[in-house]
Amino acid sequence: MNSPEKSRKNLSGIEIQRCYGAEDIRAFDAARDLGVPGVFPFTRGIYSTMYRGRLWTMRQFAGFGSAEESNRRYHYLLQQGNMGLSVAFDMPTLMGYDSDDPRSRGEVGRCGVAVDSVTDMEVLFRGIPLDDVSVSMTINGPAIVLFAMYLVVAERQGVKFRDLQGTLQNDILKEYIAQKEWICPPAPSLKMINDIIGFCVESAPRYHPLSISGYHIREAGSTAVQELAFTLYDGLTYVKSALDAGLKVDDFVPRFSFFFNAHNDFFEEIAKFRAARRLWAHEIKKRFHPANPDSLALRFHTQTAGCALTAQQPYNNVVRVTLQALAAVLGGTQSLHTNSLDETLALPSEDAVKIALRTQQIIAHESGVTDTADPLGGSYYLEWLTDKMESEAKNYFDKLDAMGGMVPAIERGFPQGEIHRTAVSYQKEVDARERIIVGVNSFVEPEKSRVSILKVKDAVEKKQVLRLRQRKKSRSAKKVGLALNRLAGVAEASGDLMPAVMEAVRTEATVGEICELFRRVYGGYREAALI
Amino acid sequence: MTPAQESASQLSKKLRVLVAKVGLDGHDRGVKIVARALRDAGIEVIYLGIHNTPAEIAASALQEDADAIGLSIHSAAHLTLFGEVIKLLKANNANDIVVFGGGIVPGEDIGKLQRMGVKKIFTPGAPLEEIVRFVKSIGVETRKARGDRRRSLASSPPPTLLRKRRNKPKST
Repeated sequence: MNSPEKSRKNLSGIEIQRCYGAEDIRAFDAARDLGVPGVFPFTRGIYSTMYRGRLWTMRQFAGFGSAEESNRRYHYLLQQGNMGLSVAFDMPTLMGYDSDDPRSRGEVGRCGVAVDSVTDMEVLFRGIPLDDVSVSMTINGPAIVLFAMYLVVAERQGVKFRDLQGTLQNDILKEYIAQKEWICPPAPSLKMINDIIGFCVESAPRYHPLSISGYHIREAGSTAVQELAFTLYDGLTYVKSALDAGLKVDDFVPRFSFFFNAHNDFFEEIAKFRAARRLWAHEIKKRFHPANPDSLALRFHTQTAGCALTAQQPYNNVVRVTLQALAAVLGGTQSLHTNSLDETLALPSEDAVKIALRTQQIIAHESGVTDTADPLGGSYYLEWLTDKMESEAKNYFDKLDAMGGMVPAIERGFPQGEIHRTAVSYQKEVDARERIIVGVNSFVEPEKSRVSILKVKDAVEKKQVLRLRQRKKSRSAKKVGLALNRLAGVAEASGDLMPAVMEAVRTEATVGEICELFRRVYGGYREAALI
Repeated sequence: MTPAQESASQLSKKLRVLVAKVGLDGHDRGVKIVARALRDAGIEVIYLGIHNTPAEIAASALQEDADAIGLSIHSAAHLTLFGEVIKLLKANNANDIVVFGGGIVPGEDIGKLQRMGVKKIFTPGAPLEEIVRFVKSIGVETRKARGDRRRSLASSPPPTLLRKRRNKPKST
């Protein structure tokens, strides 16, 4: 055959050969590069028993409307086999505004649950024992406020902080890079993060104060290599920041967790997760010399790629999510959220989220992939690709080191620019049909019946605003005022914010009131609008 | 300038389109790609970025003498936010500014938005070519109407939102 073969590049632009063999991994040293699960460098997994010892946590992200409605959805999910909760807040809460703020008009309860004060948080977890159910909260700019509310609800339930299990996303760097939900500039935001880490070290040692995220970086259009590199480098940045604040590496690094995307390219995703573990282990050892081996193990949650779903022929999304979820499991994730088929149209309906959960359950109980750790380990392609991704990520580390770190890089627009560049080129490939998306640029058909989708009623906003006004009337304005004044004093003096925020939250001070205080003391943040 | 000369001069100017995200949602992957595609197609794009209120959008559109406004929303707040922008444009005698957009908009809401005055909604998967073609088609009518509007404003009370018109466009 003489016809020249067209080169194949994966989504990161890495050229993929027709076949891989032993000669492609000649430099590969199994003992050094692969090891065994549960032992440095953790390429094959962070636990020796992996899923035989304990399955990943099935943790479906949920939240919409009022705290009551979301509480009902949480109970439904727990009944259906969801193993841990994951809270989605609405846009006003995520951006630190109350439901009655003019900026919140039209947005209350639409993308997630509306939480204005600690009473909303109490309703959100009604009937859910916080010492028994682990709770992850996706919140970043106002993380310290919502975390304080969660702690106060635990107090009210009679649960000790040391028994709390869960995760706070609390990863502001990726907000500047990708998700763009912020309140203040980097320096005070990092200070808040350190205060939270310090609190967890002292009082909530089973709780993860950070979920260092690549998911959003990927959703914004990055490649898998960029997702890997920027996420891990963000992690290194947080470690350095906490050390500079006086914390001890072995006290907090074991409680750091990560959050990755599970996108379409099956083998690239598995290679990415393995490369992440190996790269983190090596970099933490090299840069920070911890004594505790737990400080070297990268634990992560995964969510299947929202950006890979299509609005056209939505049932195809069930297939996509299955492949993506399988990649995450074969990659050794500790926790997993599977997207619902209708998420390009609305928040998940009950039926759609049930299918998403069943997808995980079928993989876990029917496919046999959990019988052994890292089942694809030793594959020529996978080991070659794992190495390749690790070295490509290290190139980015060198660039970021040379820029003086992630914060200077963000100020220059470097990671944002990289992401935008690859997002543009991906779109060009799709429009030119060089990259096929089934149902969108190939195998297209006129849309038939619509799937029935979740609707958040307009009345939700009216009700929440009314409830907020009533609460503001019935609380002690004097107590709130004193607590907020005290918080302002602590903030201005760069003191430990946690006790003061918790005190404010107990008086029924709101998310908006506390965040407005932060904006006043620390300044707000706006990014340059660049295309 | 005679009206004919002014008409001709309006028609020969580049199409000016304000592109932005409105509301609290900051997911700007799509809107940045659209803004760039429009710019690459020879359209003058004023990109306002994220976290803009409806009032900021309407004020900028008037100030920048935009022919059209393209809005991106993924937060399910589209009925409220598009509605607000259109209301403000109407209050400022600027109905001629074509409003279009995209993001996460369920099919059943597209009709509602169109009845409000939104000219077109592009849902996930819409090819860039289609969006560019649509925006280019806005051209002639709108620019003539913009000229008519400016003439009529010169003889009517000042609108609520118009700030002092800058001479230099803030385009990219």
